[in-house]
Amino acid sequence: MFQGLSDKLQETFKKLKGKGILKEADVNEAMREVRVALLEADVNFKVVKDFVAKVKERCIGQDVLESLSPAQQVIKIVHEEMIDLMGGATGKILVAPKPPTVILLLGLQGAGKTTHAAKLANMLKKQGKHPLLVACDIYRPAAIKQLEVLGEQIKVPVFSMGQEPPADIALASLKHAYQNGQDVVIIDTAGRLHINEELMDELRAIKTTVKPHEILLVVDAMTGQDAVNVAESFHKEIGLDGVILTKLDGDTRGGAALSIKAVTGCTIKFAGTGEKMDALEPFHPDRMASRILGMGDVLTLIEKA
Amino acid sequence: TKTRQNFVEKVEQIFTGYKKIDEELYEELEEVLIRSDVGVNTSMELVERLRKEVKQRKISDPQELTKVLQELIVELLGKEETIAFAERGPSVILVVGVNGVGKTTTIGKLANRFKLDGKRVVLAAGDTFRAAAIDQLEVWGERSGVEVIKQREGADPAAVAYDAVQAAKSREMDVVLVDTAGRLHNKVNLMEELRKVKRVIEREIPGAPHEVLLVLDATTGQNALQQAKLFQEVAGVTGIVLTKLDGTAKGGVVLGIQGETRIPVKWIGIGEGMEDLRPFVPKDFAEALFGSSEEG
Ligand SMILES: Nc1nc2c(ncn2[C@@H]2O[C@H](COP(=O)(O)OP(=O)(O)OP(=O)(O)O)[C@@H](O)[C@H]2O)c(=O)[nH]1
Ligand SMILES: Nc1nc2c(ncn2[C@@H]2O[C@H](COP(=O)(O)OP(=O)(O)OP(=O)(O)O)[C@@H](O)[C@H]2O)c(=O)[nH]1
Ligand SMILES: [Mg+2]
Ligand SMILES: [Mg+2]
Repeated sequence: MFQGLSDKLQETFKKLKGKGILKEADVNEAMREVRVALLEADVNFKVVKDFVAKVKERCIGQDVLESLSPAQQVIKIVHEEMIDLMGGATGKILVAPKPPTVILLLGLQGAGKTTHAAKLANMLKKQGKHPLLVACDIYRPAAIKQLEVLGEQIKVPVFSMGQEPPADIALASLKHAYQNGQDVVIIDTAGRLHINEELMDELRAIKTTVKPHEILLVVDAMTGQDAVNVAESFHKEIGLDGVILTKLDGDTRGGAALSIKAVTGCTIKFAGTGEKMDALEPFHPDRMASRILGMGDVLTLIEKA
Repeated sequence: TKTRQNFVEKVEQIFTGYKKIDEELYEELEEVLIRSDVGVNTSMELVERLRKEVKQRKISDPQELTKVLQELIVELLGKEETIAFAERGPSVILVVGVNGVGKTTTIGKLANRFKLDGKRVVLAAGDTFRAAAIDQLEVWGERSGVEVIKQREGADPAAVAYDAVQAAKSREMDVVLVDTAGRLHNKVNLMEELRKVKRVIEREIPGAPHEVLLVLDATTGQNALQQAKLFQEVAGVTGIVLTKLDGTAKGGVVLGIQGETRIPVKWIGIGEGMEDLRPFVPKDFAEALFGSSEEG
């Protein structure tokens, strides 16, 4: 795929032999290709527009370097800008000064909340913490059982109270954690649509009751253009501290990552790369940028040029 | 919903905001399509076809364009398709797809629907991998009063499918709905496992599975194309169920899939409840894509 974009850009710049600077007309043509590549990677339409405008500005007037072809130069700039856009502190959970640290997971149906609640618990446990998983999904059939099975697998206790109001369960779990020496509380919630007012109220109730230190939106990396609407709503209604991007073990280009970061400013903290409990990694903006552009490793490619 | 309104406004703006049909209008139209996940290629193709129609029909009023584009989309989607049942004996419906799209829920909804149609239904708990997947299916079975054939967690899914098909044959059931574990289409070993499940079903009942339904999440972007192609290759998909259309995503990606695979969309999911499943009606979908109808 990168080969595709790279080839197209080479083609665009074929006439641009020798030295000189990148002119607007040439760059415009290149940006059309970049735009298509990003849209095909599911980067949001509006984000693509702004991004391309910014990259274009940087490209015009650039000296054509000896060491790079104009095509590679453009890709390098695109890549750098992307990393810049997706950057920021990653892979860390904020630890509360006074335990327990409370982490709240939320997101659309099927995004991977329950799985990632357990994966996070597993990761924190390996770092010497004593996590408690809390079952606040009172709707989905067997949601509590699912969390219990996962808890069993990673030997982390699960707190549940059946179909009680989620805010009550969350509150009781804090007390339970405190009494049992558990220093991190991870709350799993039901999948919900960002337009479902009733269920958004439920999240607000949990939030005001337990005051989480980290509110993390769990997002499926395969999400299309709607990713920004979803993230924006959750951010506006509840307030997000970060994002977990899931199912990156697939072959999706994952443009949702760029879109969400661009629109909400929330850092993507973790990447889910499988169904198993250890398939959780810190998010790497550089790898993601390469992936969205559809290339293995842009730097070696550029170095080779 | 709010977003749908915005969308309606957008499209209406496009068509009413222009006095004449010009380049800018076409460009904006393409944008609306891309924003619904239709994809760059299919969007450009649709706009290209629209241009041709405009020329041919000598259309000059921008207001007429919505209708023409809807026609083109309906044409692309093909006619309404129903589920294929066996003429005699149990019909087997295999449900496949990537993780978390709504397979198990869709099976629950279908079971309810078939049961109301007077059919005798049995479910096969073929997801032996995910935590509590069997329990989840059992809750759905209880909801519609349908039996679930299962083995323990970690068992061979093909063996579960075999059991269910045997049970259906001996007890003269009408429909077997086979749940499978979510699997990403790029995982070769998991796709092989699916092939094996299908093979076992084929062996037990000639002509089965009568339907292989691929469940797609309407929120999914361009990756859905790849999902459709690979599941088609491995399992011979006969129909698509497009779920989660109750959100704000429009599921426009199925247009691209239609262009490339011709797999018909058969059902849509519009909620988590047992009744939240509707037959797919191309005309309604085309309208919903442009927000001009109330129903998703
Ligand atoms: N391949 C892959 N599958 C994942 C990943 N994360 C979660 N899954 C799978 O995705 C499916 C849904 O995951 P869940 O954790 O149940 O998602 P959820 O957000 O809790 O779903 P609801 O509670 O129904 O809203 C399951 O099959 C998981 O095994 C991942 O990173 N990679
Ligand atoms: N809003 C909405 N949610 C849905 C719809 N269909 C399914 N869901 C929800 O999506 C989530 C995942 O559904 P499942 O049926 O477990 O999905 P699955 O494909 O079986 O998941 P795995 O077996 O883990 O791969 C659940 O929370 C469902 O309630 C739908 O049409 N609309
Ligand atoms: Mg869950
Ligand atoms: Mg399932």
